[in-house]
Amino acid sequence: MAYSDKLLDHYENPRNVGSFGKEDDDVGTGMVGAPACGDVMKLQIKVGADGIIEDAKFKTYGCGSAIASSSLVTEWVKGKTLDQALEIKNTAIAEELALPPVKIHCSILAEDAIKAAVEDYRKKHGTTSSADAA
Amino acid sequence: MLKFPIYLDYSATTPVDPRVAAKMIPWLTEHFGNPASRSHAYGWDAEAAVEEAREQVAKLVNADPKEIVWTSGATESNNLAIKGAAHFYSGKGKHIITLRTEHKAVLDTFRELEREGFEATYLDPKEDGLIDLDAFRAALRPDTVLVSIMFVNNEIGVIQPIAEIGEICREKGIIFHVDAAQATGKVVIDLDKLKVDLMSFSAHKTYGPKGIGALYVRRKPRIRLEAQMHGGGHERGLRSGTLATHQIVGMGEAFRIAREEMGAENERIRMLRDRLLKGLQDIEATYVNGDLEARVPHNLNISFAYVEGESLIMAIKEVAVSSGSACTSASLEPSYVLRALGREDELAHSSIRFSIGRFTTEEEIDFTIDLLHRKIGKLRELSPLWEMVKEGIDLNTVQWAHH
Repeated sequence: MAYSDKLLDHYENPRNVGSFGKEDDDVGTGMVGAPACGDVMKLQIKVGADGIIEDAKFKTYGCGSAIASSSLVTEWVKGKTLDQALEIKNTAIAEELALPPVKIHCSILAEDAIKAAVEDYRKKHGTTSSADAA
Repeated sequence: MLKFPIYLDYSATTPVDPRVAAKMIPWLTEHFGNPASRSHAYGWDAEAAVEEAREQVAKLVNADPKEIVWTSGATESNNLAIKGAAHFYSGKGKHIITLRTEHKAVLDTFRELEREGFEATYLDPKEDGLIDLDAFRAALRPDTVLVSIMFVNNEIGVIQPIAEIGEICREKGIIFHVDAAQATGKVVIDLDKLKVDLMSFSAHKTYGPKGIGALYVRRKPRIRLEAQMHGGGHERGLRSGTLATHQIVGMGEAFRIAREEMGAENERIRMLRDRLLKGLQDIEATYVNGDLEARVPHNLNISFAYVEGESLIMAIKEVAVSSGSACTSASLEPSYVLRALGREDELAHSSIRFSIGRFTTEEEIDFTIDLLHRKIGKLRELSPLWEMVKEGIDLNTVQWAHH
């Protein structure tokens, strides 16, 4: 399959690979997908006292598009508030990486990973929206 | 000097052997006659070349040249054999049997017959990919009219017990078809001994050109077929259409070379395969798919757990291989062959098929081993599944968010 240069760059030089402590107070973890489906994404966000996402890390089991999509969102969420991060849409990810139609589900998974990470963080802090700053 | 990408996908297709290509060319330019032209030397020459090639194909499988019918390839041979026999003998019964791990050219032909009112049984193979002969015997019925089992599986390379199946079928008077596309030049085929009624061949898996194949149709006892292609009555009415002389000459030469060289070639390929296997087996959590004993030496199908097949193929782009991963297919379904063996989907997604051939070198194998070690290490660093396994988590106990 022919992939865009941007996608190949993210695949070959993935950004922000790694893990934060799952139990850490300032970390939100989102794990989406299933091994049987061929992709599992783990996205973690580290949120500052001001409610801004300071750092993000990922690990992904999946095809090249899944790896590139998750690498891209770790870059995009940094510096955003949780609400801003939730505004990242799969269509933007798909467009940025020029995902072929059969790979659109990878961008949907990446969007889901952001939602799951934010939800996990908010659950830890008992907040629902906007009032994320500690 | 290594030439990239290194070709390790010989089960998909093989290059035409230069000796084969050289022999084909005059039949395109100088000797272009129609083998069916009976009125001049152009036709006579072409006919002689076609008959010589027919002899070479027959010789490789120890058959009579009169039992060989030219087709466009194994897919057409499978269609002609299965539909042709099922239609001709449908008065005797309408039950047909095959294996779940057959090629789509057999499975889809079976589906078509089901639409026409036949009843089909799709047998599950054993975990090692081989047919369960007891289950097979149990599936036979008084109205079973045709059985189709492949000689060598295209994905996992396992060799089915064709002799045993043939004995069972002959005893019950059931027609036995064998798809041997992946078998020629790899296993000894003796149709004088095997109780096989119909056998499909392809040229391009055995260093011949694409677009040409053949069907063996037994004469004693005689097997009748209903033609699927109607027209000028070529090939004794079984397959009409002007014969592609150059393609046929190529297939004949390819099969001659296979017969003369397969002994030595298979030894060399086995050595390379064993070298590859040994080099890859020391990577943690790798699983060979399919039996290793009843298997052609050309094939190695391995699952590298916790690494997805398409991303692995992207990572090893210096090597041309194929994968059972969903992501390399249009359907987004992982390999039905590996699933039929009872492999978990995760391992089917993680599988790579290496197929070795005539022009593979030791240097290429060593490069591949080294590359796999590096890239699997890198992808596992990226894999959340690998991280969880290393933390001691049993992945089967995790609640996954299926999508």
